[in-house]
Amino acid sequence: MASTPPAPAVAPSLVDTLFQRSLNDLVKSLRADPSAAGEAAAVARALSEIHREIRAPDAATKSVALQKLAYLSSLHFAPVGSHPLAFAAIELLASPHLPHKHLAYLAASLSLHPASLSLLPLATHQLHKDLSPSAGAAHQQHVSALAFQLLASPAATAAPDLPVHLAHDLVQHLARGSPRAIAAAARVIAASPSAAVPVLFKPLAACLASPDPRASTAAAAAFCDLSAPPADATPFLPLAPDLYNLLTTSRSNWALIKVLKVFARLAPLEPRLAARIVDPVCQLLTRSSAMSLTFECIRTVLTALPAHDAAVRLAIGKAKEFIAAADDPNLRYLGLLALGMLGPAYASTVNDCRDAIAKSLGDADTNIRQEALHLIMGMVNENNVVDIAGMLISHVAKSDPEFANDILGAVLAACGHNVYEMVVDFDWYVSLLADMARTLHCAQGDEIGRQLVDVGLRVQDARPELVRSARTLLIDPALLGNHFLFPVLSAAAWISGEYVDLTKDPVELVEALLQPRTSLLPISVRAVYIHAVFKVITWCFSVYVGRLGDSGMAMDVMFDRLAPDQTVSLDSNVALGSGEEQDIGASTVRKDPFSHESILYMIDLIQTTVGPLINCNEVEVQERAHNLIGFVHLVREIQELNKRKVADGDEPSRLKELVKTMRTVFCQELGPVSVNAQMKVAPPDGLILNENLVELAGMVSEDDTTPSTSIFFYPCSRHSVDTRDEPAVSIGSSSLSEHRKRHGLFYLQTGKTEDEPNDYPQANDSLPSSSNNSVINDDKSKTAELVFAGKKSTATKSRPKVVKLDTEDFLSSVMPSANVPKEDPLSGALRDVLLGSDAKALSSQRASDINLEGMLNKTSSNESSSHLIENLGSYPASRSSRTTSKQQNDDKEKGTNPRESDGKEPRKHRSSGRSGHRQGKHKHREKSSTQPDTIPQASVIQDFLL
Amino acid sequence: MINFVLLISRQGKVRLTKWYSPYTQKERTKIIRELSGLILTRGPKLCNFVEWRGYKVIYRRYASLYFCMCIDADDNELEVLEIIHHFVEILDRYFGSVCELDLIFNFHKAYYILDEILIAGELQESSKKNVARLIAAQACNPHIWLTYLFVFA
Repeated sequence: MASTPPAPAVAPSLVDTLFQRSLNDLVKSLRADPSAAGEAAAVARALSEIHREIRAPDAATKSVALQKLAYLSSLHFAPVGSHPLAFAAIELLASPHLPHKHLAYLAASLSLHPASLSLLPLATHQLHKDLSPSAGAAHQQHVSALAFQLLASPAATAAPDLPVHLAHDLVQHLARGSPRAIAAAARVIAASPSAAVPVLFKPLAACLASPDPRASTAAAAAFCDLSAPPADATPFLPLAPDLYNLLTTSRSNWALIKVLKVFARLAPLEPRLAARIVDPVCQLLTRSSAMSLTFECIRTVLTALPAHDAAVRLAIGKAKEFIAAADDPNLRYLGLLALGMLGPAYASTVNDCRDAIAKSLGDADTNIRQEALHLIMGMVNENNVVDIAGMLISHVAKSDPEFANDILGAVLAACGHNVYEMVVDFDWYVSLLADMARTLHCAQGDEIGRQLVDVGLRVQDARPELVRSARTLLIDPALLGNHFLFPVLSAAAWISGEYVDLTKDPVELVEALLQPRTSLLPISVRAVYIHAVFKVITWCFSVYVGRLGDSGMAMDVMFDRLAPDQTVSLDSNVALGSGEEQDIGASTVRKDPFSHESILYMIDLIQTTVGPLINCNEVEVQERAHNLIGFVHLVREIQELNKRKVADGDEPSRLKELVKTMRTVFCQELGPVSVNAQMKVAPPDGLILNENLVELAGMVSEDDTTPSTSIFFYPCSRHSVDTRDEPAVSIGSSSLSEHRKRHGLFYLQTGKTEDEPNDYPQANDSLPSSSNNSVINDDKSKTAELVFAGKKSTATKSRPKVVKLDTEDFLSSVMPSANVPKEDPLSGALRDVLLGSDAKALSSQRASDINLEGMLNKTSSNESSSHLIENLGSYPASRSSRTTSKQQNDDKEKGTNPRESDGKEPRKHRSSGRSGHRQGKHKHREKSSTQPDTIPQASVIQDFLL
Repeated sequence: MINFVLLISRQGKVRLTKWYSPYTQKERTKIIRELSGLILTRGPKLCNFVEWRGYKVIYRRYASLYFCMCIDADDNELEVLEIIHHFVEILDRYFGSVCELDLIFNFHKAYYILDEILIAGELQESSKKNVARLIAAQACNPHIWLTYLFVFA
């Protein structure tokens, strides 16, 4: 059979008809060669056959061809031109033979889709005929059933005029209570409400009260479909009595589920309804043995009847039973889903089953784990965030990578929400962030890094702990191999550079920042590392020079007093003067990071490791390396300084000045700035950006080394370095040096670099030999530190101030301390250029007045906001050299309309404080949720009902 | 409401598709590819629901066939599981311990049965006896037998 001879003529011959392949043959030929190519060939051959056969005048041949085509198009998605199929199907719709008709309807409902609707109107007449009762005959019921099938198929409902023409034909079938007619009518109403509702709604509603359970079930299902969420359920409120009747009398679970669904949508619309249905629903809940119905009852109670406490408790009890179902993952999942529907009012009840939910975190099923995570994140509040986050992080290690990152993401999002409003203990949070970064599958480096920097900028009290955490991150060489952690390391480097005055051991920090494995870092992060080294060395110099100036010789005395503690350091201290054995032991260096030899050691390290980077072909790194090496060259004379002690007074003062200048470059504190800050600055009158931009070209080319950054900083006064300078407790060398001891092989041999200047003393790598002493000290101090840390975390302390933008307390705190100049030369110059040459006469002061006026019109809090604007507009040029790759985007204002946020919001906040935020947010949510409720369909149905 | 019904074999071959919402041919192919990847990889002791693009796909495996139905997010999952089981029981009764090959070679009959059970994405005949009677009535129709004799002769 498989070898049907190709037909010579276009018209099918009798031979073709007699030896036509049946569907069975087609399926066999397709299965004969399961490979993709063989199948494609078989499909192509069958299609060419079908195209010939389907034109046969004989209905039988045609129907078999149609059957094969339907098979191919439904299962193999053969590129069937829809026309031959559709046309043949419509031809056969008229066949008097039921099987042909059946096939034709099947083919039509299978293969018609919105793209191939052009032929459907042809079927309208046939459908009309098949639906009319006059067709008589024994098969009338079957025929009309087939017609309903086609009417209910998506293709027919997408055809614009079909329902309009056939709506009247449906009415009599609805009156008989035919379930298929009811389903078809629901689809017709959904497809074209304006035409169908006046005709069909009433008969359909009558079916609800039908004594035939099949009809009432079908009607309940139909109304459940019609009232489904995108539609408005209000027009179905008048059906409530019938539905209630069904709810109390029906014994069909199928019908009850649908009725409950409709009630769940109606109850919020009509307050009296909830009180009526709560009893029957509770009865069903306790009585029913069918899990599907029980779950539907739970869902109805939890979503639609939240005010009925007893019912809710009953439902929660059932949901807990679901969660406890050990053998059925479906029930566990649904139980969690049900608890997730509970509002915040029952948070404590959910909290009760925290253990069960936490157990679900380890479930084999991803759905269950996700749902459990969702639930747990829902119950987080200020009091339990520490417990929950700790529990979740402990789960991370046990989970697969994907879910581990889901957990991390959820914790980060919850804690970072609304400027860390849930976090009270920032020391804890910072160490949590560091722990997260170190978990095995962590891929959330971007967010962790961003939050580390953000916390640093916003929470002053958290900075010591931040620096400590950054240190532990930086000194671990293993972390450098994980590319997910690069953003975290970048943030850690930035933090330890920026808040270097809080660091305990700058020497160790420099070592960590310059360790050999940093070559694994991407360029952007290396640049941050080098810049951090710059900051550290600048600070060390400034402290060193400060002491030198203050105490002169006294420093050496102090240093001598320290030295006798260890013989090694004493030796090296004595031997310091002679150039050839400048064996600066690590222990000595670490005793006092600001001693002469510590500084020398750092300079050595910098020159050997950063020196080669001057030739790096990545500009970012090259530029930083140049900066750093340049600075090192400048302060080289510190060497001679020490030799000559305080021989002449001129040199140290010059050096001091240099170091002080460098220090001031970095000493202004950075703070967060709203991402919308730029929008708040009203453009001055007469500014036409497109025309005047050319004049900026000169300025830009002068100073275009400053990369555009996505973070904006503004300076606010920082109290002097010395006040914050903690007594530098030497915690000694650390895991870095231990690592170096163990894997010394992988470390660069310092001092063998070729391009090192000759006149400079060679760096030493005597670390492994001489650090014995320090390691012991190390352990002691480490344990001490641990104890200290433990004590600190247990002690109850008040929440530190978190800098938030636009809040009144923040502004008032900034205002008195902000000694920012009213007009900054840079911004003034910019404004002059922007305004054009004729506007130059206007002083820049005037321009700011214009701004101020604009703000006055908008807001009453003009003073504070204008100050803020001044702050924004005038960040000093010296600060602009800072770069960082961190995106700072979690400002509270993110996503809000700039027009709304410029002034009106602050006023609200001032009056109601923090709750004001929530109100504002709710408002937004309400607005967005009410919008889609208005649909055109609603009014039509409403009119009819009235 | 059920948006579509898919029968997929363990090897990822599609055995039956029925669409109750409008999808283009391209979308259909994409959906089948996505869902086979999602469902066939799931282990045996997991729950029968898969969240997919804001919908839920309820699936159940019988021998080598996965029966999948896609429903809206707020539909009743357990009800659909029962519908699947209902469908399988009727197939079983009709074919007499149904197997995959039965569905492959009698694809149109599987459709007829499904059409008796579901219309417009809603269960419309919950009585197994009724469905069996209706299908049998069609099968016993003399016209049908004549045609089949003629066609398959």
